[in-house]
Amino acid sequence: MTTSASAIEARGLVRRFGDKEAVAGIDITVDTGEIFGFLGPNGAGKSTTVRMLTTLLAPSDGTATVAGFDIDSEAAEVRLRIGVALQDAALDPKQTGRELLDMQGRLYGLPKEVRLRRVDELLQLVNIGGSIDDRIATYSGGMKRRLDLAAALVHQPEVLFLDEPTTGLDPTSRAAVWEEVRYLNKQLGITIFLTTQYLEEADELADRVGIIARGRIVAEGTPDELKRSIGADVIIAKVGSGDGARAAHALSALPDLDSVEVSGDQLIIATAHGASAISPVAVTLANNSIKVSELTLRTPTLDDVFLHTTGTRMDADESEAVTV
Amino acid sequence: MNTRTDRIVPRHAGFWSDLSSVALRALRLASRDLEAIIPGMAVPLFFLIVNIGSLQSFVEGNLPPGFDFKGFQLPVSVIFAVTGISRAGSLVVDIQDGYFDRLLLTPVSRTTLLIGLMIADLAVVMVMIVPVLILGFIIGVGFETGILGMLVFILIGASWGIAFTGFPYAIALRTGNPAAVNNAFLLFFPFAFLTTAYVPKEQLTGWLSVAANFNPTTYLLEGMRTLILQGWNSTAIFQAFLASGIVAAVSFTLAFSALRGRVRRK
Repeated sequence: MTTSASAIEARGLVRRFGDKEAVAGIDITVDTGEIFGFLGPNGAGKSTTVRMLTTLLAPSDGTATVAGFDIDSEAAEVRLRIGVALQDAALDPKQTGRELLDMQGRLYGLPKEVRLRRVDELLQLVNIGGSIDDRIATYSGGMKRRLDLAAALVHQPEVLFLDEPTTGLDPTSRAAVWEEVRYLNKQLGITIFLTTQYLEEADELADRVGIIARGRIVAEGTPDELKRSIGADVIIAKVGSGDGARAAHALSALPDLDSVEVSGDQLIIATAHGASAISPVAVTLANNSIKVSELTLRTPTLDDVFLHTTGTRMDADESEAVTV
Repeated sequence: MNTRTDRIVPRHAGFWSDLSSVALRALRLASRDLEAIIPGMAVPLFFLIVNIGSLQSFVEGNLPPGFDFKGFQLPVSVIFAVTGISRAGSLVVDIQDGYFDRLLLTPVSRTTLLIGLMIADLAVVMVMIVPVLILGFIIGVGFETGILGMLVFILIGASWGIAFTGFPYAIALRTGNPAAVNNAFLLFFPFAFLTTAYVPKEQLTGWLSVAANFNPTTYLLEGMRTLILQGWNSTAIFQAFLASGIVAAVSFTLAFSALRGRVRRK
């Protein structure tokens, strides 16, 4: 066991599949008791990172500790201290919910009376009522997700990995999961490593966010820090198709603009003083005969950070990063 | 919500506890999977009746008087009943559904993930032998060695059933493919037919006789038949268990090698 105040510490973590480098040397530090949001589009390397940190995959290179134990040489100790809810609920449809939770408790060496107590306690969390004694095959998607989460919590893990816990859930179920995640972290003190492709989710839940793209961490910090890093305000100008590059060139002459990015038919203009910059932007575009159909001033989002750091925009609905 | 009262200290449950957890789950699921087991029970009963009905007169007519073809055929049906019985199909489902990964995320002893299933298979295999035996009694088959001989007979059959499970488990763990697992039964065909399934060894000629000499099923059937037809023959019984042991050594090596590959975190 290494002495570390961090719940998770990864250095130069690499994972190759043949010639393909899914994770290309990432460094992560997650402090005990925090919610760390691991944000990126599909295929960015989030799930591969989780599978390494949870001992399902061996790293090709680099090192990491979880709960103070090395994921490679002390994998068994890591497993005792983590709970994991993978991207797809990993359940056995022919067991009942109660049987599944009880078996999970047995595998962590919990005595029978403790297992009985834990199942009762977790029933309050998973909120599936009398269905706990029904076969899991009869559960709805939301119930399966909640049971999967309960299974990850049976042994009171120090670190909980949630791999895209709300993907595919309706807004109501998603809000319920968010509430549970906050409760587990704030009330029970569990460190949470949360992967997501939803910007809003990372913004809402995470104390700190790491943005991963093409296997590398491209930005890390609190959501506010990350957003401030690209300027206090963002001006969005919707221009005609094909005018983007010309508009960006025209705006490059203006002072007080931190950056101008082109994403499809939109210009994303970062600036420290949005209110005073918006008029010169409108005038410059008009003087260059660039038709503007919408002009919006707002504060930056994590999507803007993603675009700024990777040159691509997150598009969770398409589950892809859109190259501009 | 309240999901934490007294602090829990998770620990390694230990090999035997893990083994019982995995085996109990497998047995529970087997009892809920009767649609997969009942056909496997019906087929050997069907063949016992058909084989006796179609071949008894012919075989007994060509052999010295007193040859009991019913007793001769009963072990064949038992072997058909127990071969290919395994939880390999549900193991594939576990792999595909991600539940196998959930188990790997726990501190469970990896070898118990396979041995536990085999223990459940042993129980199922022994249950599968019972209806074949009952049908045998109904049509007049008796044991020269009595009840103790019948128990040894069941043990030999069960030992073969378990020995063969290594093949479907190896396929399940290597491929994660349900169709490939279903086809594992095809491996049994050479064992089943290049042997003394229908006539005694002395009646086999040419290449079939040579093949039967190298077929472990020949010795398995011989050991079981002596318990029914002749009496205690320790050499035949030993050879029957040895035949199962040799097949088990091969199939288990393949299965545990496949398990190592599956859990290697490659």
